[in-house]
Amino acid sequence: MTGVGRLLIAVYGVLALAATGRSFVQIVGKYEQAPLAYSLSALAAVVYIVATVALVNRGRGWYRTAWITITFELLGVLVIGTLSLVDPALFPHDTVWSVFGRGYLFIPLALPVLGMWWLARHPVTGVEPVTSDA
Amino acid sequence: MIEWFAWLQLAVAVLGGALCVGLGLAGRKPTDLTMGATALVEVLLLAQLVVAVVAPLTGNTASGSLLEFYVYLISAILLPLAAGLWALIERSRWSTVILGVACLSVAVMLYRMLQIWTVQSA
Repeated sequence: MTGVGRLLIAVYGVLALAATGRSFVQIVGKYEQAPLAYSLSALAAVVYIVATVALVNRGRGWYRTAWITITFELLGVLVIGTLSLVDPALFPHDTVWSVFGRGYLFIPLALPVLGMWWLARHPVTGVEPVTSDA
Repeated sequence: MIEWFAWLQLAVAVLGGALCVGLGLAGRKPTDLTMGATALVEVLLLAQLVVAVVAPLTGNTASGSLLEFYVYLISAILLPLAAGLWALIERSRWSTVILGVACLSVAVMLYRMLQIWTVQSA
């Protein structure tokens, strides 16, 4: 990945770090208060890490992994974001996706869209040539 | 946390971040100026670590979760290092933007740390 795609990787990396840190605090510090929300936080963190790794690596398998994880993120932020507004009682404790990622400046909402745009613009087809840069 | 020091640090991170993002988008490769700004943010974070360890001994204790505070602080310390390493490996304009993104992320995290220390939240 070259050019502005590097920036995408960097922002994904930061979000992965943020989500991991937060879910670490939640699970170590107060897991019993909201097991569902905090398990979801941990799952989200893992998915962000996988997405970051998939964006860094080349090849068809990683390309597909990137699509899957980024789609999962978009669904996550839309579904949890909507649920957290419609029925706040379901998610009394914040997750990275609550209220469409408000706690993270709405970056979790914007990032999957940018990621999909990037993947669509730079498809990986066939065997990846060793030297070419997209 | 010493409040005025945290605010000073936050201002440096915001200014440094804006500078790097601006220069990066303008097409500049990482320079002594942008690397220096990121390094300054890093040094101030290390100073903050010392302050955070010493302050409770003087009665200046955190009102919120110390665990959460330190997770933020350690993560923040890692960011400029990672971005700086990246900028050394790849000398492109985007590396400069990434330096800026790291500084701005640090600014957000510092704000959260200040909240955790001064205003008891959740």
